[in-house]
Amino acid sequence: MGGKIFAVLIVIIALASAVPIINHTFLGASVTPPEDISTHGKAIDEQMSVTMAEAGISFLAAQLILGLFVWHFANRNSGATKTLPGGATAMVIVAFLFVGAEVLALGLVGSKAWGMVYFKPAAADAMQVQAQAGQFAFYFRYAGPDGKFGQIHPDKIDEGNSNFFGLDPENDMAARDDITSGELVVPVDKEVHLLMHAKDVGHSFYVRELRIQQDFVPGLDLSVHFTPTKVGKYEIVCTQLCGLGHYNMKSYLTVMSQEDFDKWLKSQSS
Amino acid sequence: MSDASVHAAVHAAPTSFIRKYIFSLDHKVIGLQYYALAFVAVFTGMVLSWIMRVHLVWPNAPIPGLGWLSKVGAPGGVVTPEYYLQLLTMHGTLMVFFVLTNAPFAAFGNYFLPIQIGAEDMAFPRFNMMSFWTTFVAFCILISSFFLGDGPPLSGWTGYAPLSAVGADAGPGQGVGQSLWGISIFVFCIASLLGSLNFIATTLDLRTKGMTLSRMPIVTWAWFITSCIALLAFAVLLPACLLLILDRVAGTSFFIPAGLNVADHIQPHQGGSPLLWQHLFWFFGHPEVYIAILPAIGIVSHILICNLRRDLLSHRVLIYCMMAIGFLSYMVWGHHMFVSGMNPFSSLVFSFPTLMITIPATIMTLIWLGSLYGSNLRINSASLFCLGFISMFVSGGVSGFFLAQPSIDIYLHATYFVVGHFHMVMGVAAIMGVFAGTYFWFPKMTGRMMNEGLGRWHFFLTLIGTYAIFMPFHYLGLAGNVRRYSAFQDDYLIPLIPVHKFITYAALFTGAAQLIFIFNLFYSRFKGTKASENPWECTSLEWSTPSSPPPFDNFGGKHPVVYQDPYQYGVKSSTGDYVMQTSPEQASVAS
Repeated sequence: MGGKIFAVLIVIIALASAVPIINHTFLGASVTPPEDISTHGKAIDEQMSVTMAEAGISFLAAQLILGLFVWHFANRNSGATKTLPGGATAMVIVAFLFVGAEVLALGLVGSKAWGMVYFKPAAADAMQVQAQAGQFAFYFRYAGPDGKFGQIHPDKIDEGNSNFFGLDPENDMAARDDITSGELVVPVDKEVHLLMHAKDVGHSFYVRELRIQQDFVPGLDLSVHFTPTKVGKYEIVCTQLCGLGHYNMKSYLTVMSQEDFDKWLKSQSS
Repeated sequence: MSDASVHAAVHAAPTSFIRKYIFSLDHKVIGLQYYALAFVAVFTGMVLSWIMRVHLVWPNAPIPGLGWLSKVGAPGGVVTPEYYLQLLTMHGTLMVFFVLTNAPFAAFGNYFLPIQIGAEDMAFPRFNMMSFWTTFVAFCILISSFFLGDGPPLSGWTGYAPLSAVGADAGPGQGVGQSLWGISIFVFCIASLLGSLNFIATTLDLRTKGMTLSRMPIVTWAWFITSCIALLAFAVLLPACLLLILDRVAGTSFFIPAGLNVADHIQPHQGGSPLLWQHLFWFFGHPEVYIAILPAIGIVSHILICNLRRDLLSHRVLIYCMMAIGFLSYMVWGHHMFVSGMNPFSSLVFSFPTLMITIPATIMTLIWLGSLYGSNLRINSASLFCLGFISMFVSGGVSGFFLAQPSIDIYLHATYFVVGHFHMVMGVAAIMGVFAGTYFWFPKMTGRMMNEGLGRWHFFLTLIGTYAIFMPFHYLGLAGNVRRYSAFQDDYLIPLIPVHKFITYAALFTGAAQLIFIFNLFYSRFKGTKASENPWECTSLEWSTPSSPPPFDNFGGKHPVVYQDPYQYGVKSSTGDYVMQTSPEQASVAS
């Protein structure tokens, strides 16, 4: 009896688990990645779909076979026992041939998508924006007409006077025309090279629609690059536990046309 | 293999209450002490998760009694954002260290490894006692953080630097609480190292006459392999914790670079690397997953074989798979760090061995499934939990396909997908193994049977409940729901709150179902039906002891001699369809 209940239950659980994945919705909420707005995101999404198919088939097959075997073979009162033809050797061969090949193929194809984000350097004409993460806010900085960022002085950071980056315009020419913003505003279809600086502890930059996530590491100035392809406003959230306000550390990415962006940048510098 | 003549009683039978039950040298008492400690830790950790789940969906609901525990963290019983993170840190630390390391490995391993190899005790009984009491001290230090300073740390069980290293500037609990955390884990590492050495020495040196390595039951092998993994893993976490403590109290800068402005204070450090902590931590942290799961794999296989009344397709292949997993577990730690800023080429290097782990894991699953084919599986609470383990191992395993790939990890890293993955494969699966072991070995440990009807109710409710909690975690992750948030205020997270409500109800339900287990455990201990010496008709040495529970020297002054491979089932013998390992009988193969 217990075996039959288990068999039925595990089949129901397996099928019920798959429904929200297939329907992309659970309890009325959309449970799927949002539409991709980057040039590299398609490769990641395809990789995710292939993996979902392979993982989903493995999951359903294993659970259904488990249910089937327990239904048939648990607590039998009659019937001779028999052994699976091929025994353990067959299992080892199957695992090596099918799963081994599958995961190697996944790994090889997937490394291409990874390479698009991390191995290909940013284009020389990509727009450089500096991002700074600190407890519990993001700030962004544009180099201004001189194309140079002023130097960061951690001891000069003064949020009360909006000196979020610790600039020293009196002594640093390059800092004088730097434009600071609480939101990341970029033109559409132009590559952005985001230079990442952590003010205090570890943080992370995550925009679901961009298919970009990268940690800010104190003492290590990292960068990512991406090309947004769709005008709109998207949320930037912190995904690296950074302290009590972690849940509230967010900003927005606004993607606008080149003209709108130029106007915005001008309004910021004045 | 040791000679039976060296098996002189390693220590005399204890007489006083203190030596018998508290500072006992007896591996069985120490095993039960580990079990009791894990029991307290798991229910503490579970209550913490309840509070977190309730807070996530009803942020302003006062939780009875919580205001008393922390006036600052939960004024009037309402959890503050920082207290949420403090509870989260304690939940993770308690569960990973004091439950998943202690219960399947230290508790059952201590109790049954020496008996299964025919030894009278562990190789170093005093070290063994010290291991437990050192673990207990580590537990007390950790728990004391609830009552000292401004509470436990909020940096998570991974304690990433520099959040964990710069001190009180980083936030509530990052002063005294984080130091206590570091000291607690440091002490825990010492205990685990002593315990692992003891397990290894015992397995290699104290096997009784005839107990060759190839005759050891699969679960004995699992504990042995786990000890080897633990010896290397904790040996790295120990100095890492020491460096963290030094950064905090001695002004060193192992993990803190120059120029950090935390809470408007320039930190007086320079030259350290936050990534160094991550590398050291995960060099321990990934093998730790296998420290939790390999003993459960061993327990489940051991119990499954007994209830199948025949060997698995090959239990030896399973042992080789465990060794392969143990070996690979040291080459994959970087898959926790794909987006951490380490060299992106190394992400690929870490990705491939991670994907390779799928191969031994698949072989194991196929062997369990293939062994069910054509069998006559006995269904009882223990074997049901074994089936639940297999199901959960698969469910938690397939999500590893995603996270092992750096490109997909860009999207799924630090989301609830990861939380669902590790809770299923490391948490629930390992706990299913612990439940299976409890129902199976309870008659040997107490002399009484656990109630079978309650055991089945416990199993089915737990199976439904854990799937209801952890499957939706994956859906949330696919929607990009970030983990470790104390409230969901972002525009895209608000529509996901109904899913979180569902999970909270499921967590409360599953937790409540564990009351059946607690009741069964205590009721059966005193009122359960008396168990025979070998109620499951099992072949291994723990069922050859002269009494249940076994006498202090396990075999009543005799030295068992082993004649058989571990799993002689499905034969015709004088005892029925099995031959004990200690029986010289040459059984014929059943037709």
